[in-house]
Amino acid sequence: MAASETHKAIETVFRIERARLVAGLARLVRDIDQAEELAQDALVTALGEWPKTGIPDNPGAWLMATARRRAIDGFRRDRMLARKHAEIGRDLEERAGETADAIETALDDDLGDELLGLIFAACHPIVSPEARAAITLRLIGGLTTDEIARAFLSKEATIAQRIVRAKKTLRTAGLTFAVPRGEDRRDRLASVLEVIYLIFNEGYAATAGEDLIRPALCAEARRLGRILAAALPEEPEVFGLVSLMEIQASRLAARTGPDGALVPLTEQNRAHWDRLLIRRGLAALDRAEALGGAAGPYALQAALAACHARARAAEDTDWKKIAALYDTLREVMPSPVVDLNRAVAHSMAFGPEAGLALLGEIERAPALNGYAPLPAARGDFLFRAGRLAEARDQFGRAAALTRNAREKAFLLQRATACGR
Amino acid sequence: MRVMVFVKATKDSEEGVMPSSALLEEMGRYNEELVNAGIMLAGDGLKPSSQGKRVAFDGPGRAVIDGPFAETRELVAGYWLWEVKDMAEAVEWVKRCPNPMPGPSEIEIRPVYELSDFEEIMTPDAEAIHGRVQDKTKNK
Repeated sequence: MAASETHKAIETVFRIERARLVAGLARLVRDIDQAEELAQDALVTALGEWPKTGIPDNPGAWLMATARRRAIDGFRRDRMLARKHAEIGRDLEERAGETADAIETALDDDLGDELLGLIFAACHPIVSPEARAAITLRLIGGLTTDEIARAFLSKEATIAQRIVRAKKTLRTAGLTFAVPRGEDRRDRLASVLEVIYLIFNEGYAATAGEDLIRPALCAEARRLGRILAAALPEEPEVFGLVSLMEIQASRLAARTGPDGALVPLTEQNRAHWDRLLIRRGLAALDRAEALGGAAGPYALQAALAACHARARAAEDTDWKKIAALYDTLREVMPSPVVDLNRAVAHSMAFGPEAGLALLGEIERAPALNGYAPLPAARGDFLFRAGRLAEARDQFGRAAALTRNAREKAFLLQRATACGR
Repeated sequence: MRVMVFVKATKDSEEGVMPSSALLEEMGRYNEELVNAGIMLAGDGLKPSSQGKRVAFDGPGRAVIDGPFAETRELVAGYWLWEVKDMAEAVEWVKRCPNPMPGPSEIEIRPVYELSDFEEIMTPDAEAIHGRVQDKTKNK
């Protein structure tokens, strides 16, 4: 094998092993920065040795053993230094001794849930969701800060800052990098799921022709979801989120027209929906429901996505089921936008009057003041109820509120269709 | 990117020699690793070609040929569907697979076409038909 090829193979191996390596090391040294440095040093050692010896049979274990040896050396060095500083020496020496011993005994430890522990640490709620997403992509996804910055349409320096601060916060908090259990688990898991969905949506919001790293976020989030599902096979909301992402991702190719404009769900060419992802999404939803999680917020959103995925044509959509799902969703995830979508679903299931009846309450709440989709929905209900003059006013109002030129044109066109 | 990973057939697999329980265990662990890494989408083992059939096409003609088929090395004994970042990653994962056969064997990696690869040759009619076909297979 040519030297450059060997080099590339080693780097690919490292890419595959990196997250687990950092996870195992972070649990030992209780510090992400140091764990990353140790992992990087192990790569440098591998780049020096593997071209001569060949890539070992279990490269992950080799890298881990190398990095751990280095960590132990580091602790011993610290201990020697400590001896020189007699005034603080005694205490430190004991601690360093204990840590070095802990490392030796941990050498044979099972690597099983270390990656999961790192995911929980990276997504810790003491860090802001944006910083959680950046650090998760860095540590688990192996993206560079430059890639993360491009993905979030941000400056590299901003992302680097965000990661540095997040690591500092986590270090100060004194995390053990263990997988939370019991009571703690639910909140911490919610925080992990939030981050993965945030990463997914960041990719989903990308439009055609943009930097490819943005759509790649969808694939990365789905991979994170699958890793989590494999590690936590009894958590229904994990499967709810996996299902939601798989089904939404199945529409990626159908979601934009040739001109780059977003195509609404009901007008998408369903031939472009990815059937493998739909199948996987439906299977994950079944699993979430079988685990008793049908009423979880992600499972409910997945069930809504599944209603559309199951309909061969837009006309076949089961709007009654969608309306019922929204009735439940607003209980577990109250939000004015959910209420608006619920009104639309009811209008499709039971007629425009049913939709109009639900809108009144939403309009009285201040949250959606100046939100274009609200008058657009009222306009649509009125139009379908044959109240054209009122519908025209509403479409006009919606057109004045939206800042999206394409949407404005669409709404004005609907206003014109109401006649005068 | 998606890749299809083919385990090529050997004389043993074509004779229906079942894997040893040790290999079965090793393979199970390997599959578990693929799932844990979040890259595995699907996978199955295939029965020998003696239980398969071929349909030969020649213009309008259709001739059914019963297995087994001769060119063992070109036959497939199993497959996976993976989602990986690039071919290099797929190659590294394949290298970690236990040898699926008692003797020498081969595994082949092929990138899957994406819909966008067909954009230039796909007419709207052809698209609609493909969609209908996929629809009918989706609830299998």
